[in-house]
Amino acid sequence: MALKSGDQGAMAVLYDRYSSVVYAVALRVLGEAAAAEDVLQEVFLQLWRNPGAFDAARGSLGAWLAVITRNRAIDSLRKRRPETDIEDCVVSVAPDLAGEADRARAAEKVRNVLGTMPVPQRDALQMAYFEGLSHTEIATKTGEPLGTIKTRIRSGLMVLRKAFQG
Amino acid sequence: MSGHEQFAEDLALYALAALEGDERTALEQHLAGCAACRRELEQLRGDGALLALSAAGPKPPARARQRLMDAVAREPRTVTPTLAQSARKNGAASSSSRTGVSWWGVLGWAAAVAVLVFATSLWRENAELKRQAFNLRGQVGQQTLELDAAEKFVETITNPEGQHFTLVAGKTPPQPQGKAFYLKSRKSLVFLASNMPALPAQKVYELWLIPVKGNPIPAGLFKPDANGSVTVTNPPLPEGTEAKAFAITVENEGGALTPTMPIVMMGAGE
Repeated sequence: MALKSGDQGAMAVLYDRYSSVVYAVALRVLGEAAAAEDVLQEVFLQLWRNPGAFDAARGSLGAWLAVITRNRAIDSLRKRRPETDIEDCVVSVAPDLAGEADRARAAEKVRNVLGTMPVPQRDALQMAYFEGLSHTEIATKTGEPLGTIKTRIRSGLMVLRKAFQG
Repeated sequence: MSGHEQFAEDLALYALAALEGDERTALEQHLAGCAACRRELEQLRGDGALLALSAAGPKPPARARQRLMDAVAREPRTVTPTLAQSARKNGAASSSSRTGVSWWGVLGWAAAVAVLVFATSLWRENAELKRQAFNLRGQVGQQTLELDAAEKFVETITNPEGQHFTLVAGKTPPQPQGKAFYLKSRKSLVFLASNMPALPAQKVYELWLIPVKGNPIPAGLFKPDANGSVTVTNPPLPEGTEAKAFAITVENEGGALTPTMPIVMMGAGE
């Protein structure tokens, strides 16, 4: 039917728009091109199979895809079954991330904010986000108390939030 | 999130899937009954998304696109209007980043008007098609026809080759306009609006289905984008409710179960 090609066209539009974000996140987590490409494939196929999982009224598709990709990539890195149902994953983000220029600006700002954070805080945040380490694992790795790691991760996220609210 | 500070740090870890064991179980139990913490979790995921954006690297290899499109072509089509709407919306944003002017913002109300114009003609055409089909092929079921009409409807709105027209009164400043398309038999609702005023933090617009009988039914929460545009697709609605009108109120974040006066916009069925 006519719509079939239309829908595939819609998928192509979404791919062209967001594949670079999805691939960059997957590659950052996995560090390996073939594995990142597999996650890229999986994330877009999930969107194709279940487009209703993303609720346009509740957030930005770019942010949602970034989070879904990060979660899938971490699952893949840690060789575990997917932990979060994508339908349960609502992402609320302040900046409008629909356009490539918006995302580039936001990414630059995030990198600047990370650059101003104390190194131990930035490391804890990145170990949790991009390496998928639990707070216990981070505490073991850094030799610091669990409570300190928890505080660093939360306050790191709050610093990021604040930077985009101001 | 006042009163829930004891969960604040665990929530941040949970948002990153970095919370384990008993702490995770305890937090999940709390989340099941705490809307404030669920909202904070959504925000924390958004904060994490910002972190994800800091990842930069090469573009995916060209073959990945073809691989995906091949896989998509092999899969049964299960796409709902939500995907098409997203593609449309985000495709529009794509052109805005090139030109510096948002397509959605410029055309805004035009999309809603175009939908109305096209939908009216499509439904007329659909009625005619139904008659022809029943005459020619008595075995063609109602469902097939409805599906065809729905697909045509979606394609008309989403096809990039479609033309869109803006009709406004002369010398009238842009006014908030909304259009709700509701198909009772499919519990399907599409709401498009433009020029909606921005809201203070912690406030959202809530759309209400005003049934022929009974109390207003919540039909989705939304915040306009930077251009004042809004798209709401298929919020959860009860089966077979006949709508008399749709209305919009301003509510606290998270929405309300009964509308808080005043009604900021309202429209009866046409």
